[in-house]
Amino acid sequence: MTRTARTPIKFFSVLSFSLVALWLLIAAFPFLWTFWGSFKVQSDFFSKADWMYALWGTNTARETGNAFTGSGYYGAWIIEGFWKNFLNSGIVVFFTVIISLTFGTLGGYALARSGFRYAFWILMAALVFRAMPHITLVSGYLLPFFEWNIWGYLPTTIIVLVAMNQPFTIWMLHSFFLNVPKDMDESAMIDGCTRFEAFRYVIVPVMWPGVITTGLFSFLLAYNDFTVTVMLLSEENETIIPAINSFLGTTQVEGKVMYAVAAVVSVTAPILVLILFFQRQIVSGLTAGAVKG
Amino acid sequence: MILFIAIPIGSAFVQSLFIQHDQVLVLSKNCGPFGCRETTSVDIEATKELRQDSPLGKFNGIGTYLNRSHLAFAEVGNAWAVSRTFSGFLNEVLDLPFYGALMFTLTYTAVVTPLVLLLGLAIAIGVNGLPNIIKGPSIFVSLLPFLVTPLVGSLILFWMVDGDGIIGATIQLIFNDPDLSLKASTGLTWTMLIVYGIWHTLPFSFIVFYAGLQTVPVDTLEAAEIDGATKWQCTVYVVVPHLVPLITFVTLMLLMDNFRVFEPIVSFSAEAHARSLSWIIFNDLRESGNPLYGSAGATSILTIIGVIFLLTPVLIRNWRDFKLRRL
Repeated sequence: MTRTARTPIKFFSVLSFSLVALWLLIAAFPFLWTFWGSFKVQSDFFSKADWMYALWGTNTARETGNAFTGSGYYGAWIIEGFWKNFLNSGIVVFFTVIISLTFGTLGGYALARSGFRYAFWILMAALVFRAMPHITLVSGYLLPFFEWNIWGYLPTTIIVLVAMNQPFTIWMLHSFFLNVPKDMDESAMIDGCTRFEAFRYVIVPVMWPGVITTGLFSFLLAYNDFTVTVMLLSEENETIIPAINSFLGTTQVEGKVMYAVAAVVSVTAPILVLILFFQRQIVSGLTAGAVKG
Repeated sequence: MILFIAIPIGSAFVQSLFIQHDQVLVLSKNCGPFGCRETTSVDIEATKELRQDSPLGKFNGIGTYLNRSHLAFAEVGNAWAVSRTFSGFLNEVLDLPFYGALMFTLTYTAVVTPLVLLLGLAIAIGVNGLPNIIKGPSIFVSLLPFLVTPLVGSLILFWMVDGDGIIGATIQLIFNDPDLSLKASTGLTWTMLIVYGIWHTLPFSFIVFYAGLQTVPVDTLEAAEIDGATKWQCTVYVVVPHLVPLITFVTLMLLMDNFRVFEPIVSFSAEAHARSLSWIIFNDLRESGNPLYGSAGATSILTIIGVIFLLTPVLIRNWRDFKLRRL
């Protein structure tokens, strides 16, 4: 970037810098605003009279005695039982990631080593699948699930999420394993390992970067999913995202909107942490498809 | 994998051929002091039994595809015959649920995709020129709108554009119209959804382009600069051509993602003015107590056909590449 530093600031650079600055503002502002506002009461968060109220919490101070209040969080987590939804989400996300990574690793490894006849078909499946609105598949699942009486339970949802995730996982890991030199496991097999031992002792130690990247995206898919969870889970088994949606349906009452605001902030927080720690992997995962596809 | 994807599609197709049973009607005579009257009532027991016996409903063939809420050939033909002007015909057709949704989905896709491509490229170039120290944080901030749950992200914006929220109130102030609401008119709702769409997907194109910019050959750039190219010319004639494969890729991804727009409509509660294909299916399945599986299935199949239509050029190109590699 020394090149940029050398060139004098021109109209073009000024324009592009201001564009970036504007974008960063647009990207970050809604989150900051909502985060800040989640500690206020509703009349501050939706303060028509004077938007400065939301900054200083004028009404909040009047109603609660302090400019910050945790009542939204208390309402959401304790009164509305949001912790239960959070727990459900945790279970669903954990198992979805573990199961789809297990299948994805084994399947991806097998496909990468068994010649490239399948490669095209997996790519196509992954592509078509990515394009398909999830709801079209859910509508196919729904009736059989009702008939077999397995609707509404967490394991059912986990299976569906894994299934939806699988083409993507296999594709990502397949292209990752293609980059691991074949010589490595071949030389291990010449040294007397079986195929499985070669996988266990040679491939497993080097596969973590790929697995982590894929895992991140499986996590995001399972965590962010609304379509599948809202259709397939009964009310007591709801995960966080449909839970927020049902908050909205029932809470047009004064004060309760803040529950939803607090819940939204709570849902965003883990994603923030995730990006903070795994920014590099996420970027590489987003671009992996682009470079290789 | 095939099991889990192919079977639901098949199941959706089968469902789409059926419609729910008619209710079993019973005619009974009701005699009172003022004579006898015949009343029709629903035999709930028998209806229930019938539903249980064959949960799919009765066979309807492709009737569901042709009825008013799907392809509606009869209504379209009728509209064609009745309306004098083309725009009148168009209005008539867009009132039909399926075509209305198709229209919104296509408009959304067609507006969001090019805008996101352009802005993403511009921002990527801008960030690439930033000093290293602020690059990391700016990428971090940029990733947020993309990775945050769509439903949650759109809710956050929804609260801000609410009549009492900060953006909504500001807009009211600017136009000096206290009743102005972004949710009230179709045009404004569409604009709002499209703005959200751009906000949500811009980071994706930005990140991919940014990664692509790292691979632009420095030699070529320097050569162009020595030849006297301005920065603008460098961008247009060196950088953009280098990024063309990426642009194709991003366009494809964006098309697919935008085509299935769904969550923002739920959280903006915009269904009165804007419905997408996904939303129609969702609504059919949500029909409380008595989900319209047939209708949802039919729309699903039509949507899948739409997706395949959208993807055909890419699929064909990939197939050709694949065959070439095999030779």
